Amino acid sequence: MKEPEQGMTLIVKVITRLTVGFILLFGIYIVLHGHLSPGGGFAGGVIVALSFIHLILAYGGKFAFKKLDQIKASFLENIGAIMFLTIALLGIIGGFFFLNFLNKGEPFHLASAGIIPFCNIAICLKVGAGLFLIFIALTLFKIGEKKR
Amino acid sequence: MDFVTLQEAVQLYPLLIFMILAAVVAVETKDLLSSVIAVGAAGLGLSVAFLILKAPDLAITQLVVEILCLILLIRATIKRDIPSLNRGTDYARLISALIFVLIFLFFGYFALRELPPFGKPYLKVATEYLNQGLSKTGAANLVTSVILDFRGYDTLGEATVLFTAVMGVIVVLRKIGRIKK
Repeated sequence: MKEPEQGMTLIVKVITRLTVGFILLFGIYIVLHGHLSPGGGFAGGVIVALSFIHLILAYGGKFAFKKLDQIKASFLENIGAIMFLTIALLGIIGGFFFLNFLNKGEPFHLASAGIIPFCNIAICLKVGAGLFLIFIALTLFKIGEKKR
Repeated sequence: MDFVTLQEAVQLYPLLIFMILAAVVAVETKDLLSSVIAVGAAGLGLSVAFLILKAPDLAITQLVVEILCLILLIRATIKRDIPSLNRGTDYARLISALIFVLIFLFFGYFALRELPPFGKPYLKVATEYLNQGLSKTGAANLVTSVILDFRGYDTLGEATVLFTAVMGVIVVLRKIGRIKK
């Protein structure tokens, strides 16, 4: 006997399986190229969060929580916040808060602009995990209560 | 030379009218789901308007945040048992609202006449950002160089606000420690 299936129909599940990886990859691309092209940590982080929300909508909460549950998400959010603050504080060694202490590099290259890509990654972790947490808090916590 | 060219204006003004109409529908419609969808339409229009005004960063951010908000609103709000909003017409409220709008328009007219023309800010610091952004930070995307380097404090504050908001939501809605009925 199969367990009663969670989530939406088979069509939605198959399409989700095909697209969700690309959505996640696109979010990561937007974050890593934030200092070169339009985008950046916030927009990329929201896209990363949307890929997980996509999973929840199609497959239901249980499946998505195997990939990223509440505790891991809140851990990632804290890591992002601490990372951003640490980058800012490391600037004090060179002189002042938020000093761009790394090598500027050549413009229009991926490894350029000093600390800015690292700040983008930190903001991506923070925003992505934070919005994912808000989503599961507003939707799934309530559904869990009704079943009881 | 004007900042908004004729071609941009032709693209922009129908969009703005569409957004205003969508907002009016969102406020006035009785059905909650239609209202949420109208809000989404207004947000999408704003995203396209950012694109026409050559701000692709903002357009991307607006679009993805709009999608997320729409999913949240539909999933979290619509399922509750308030399918429609009923409100009767109250003439005293209507008249006071009209008087307020007239006063606002009267003072807003004088205030808006004193604003600098669109795209020509008085601040000299913006010109400095534009001229020296690439050489000082090494980032090809000037928006990123402003928000993460010149205005890093602002971004840190923003991140803190989001962190606090998430923490508040989790604390208010958590399962553990809730009083069971």
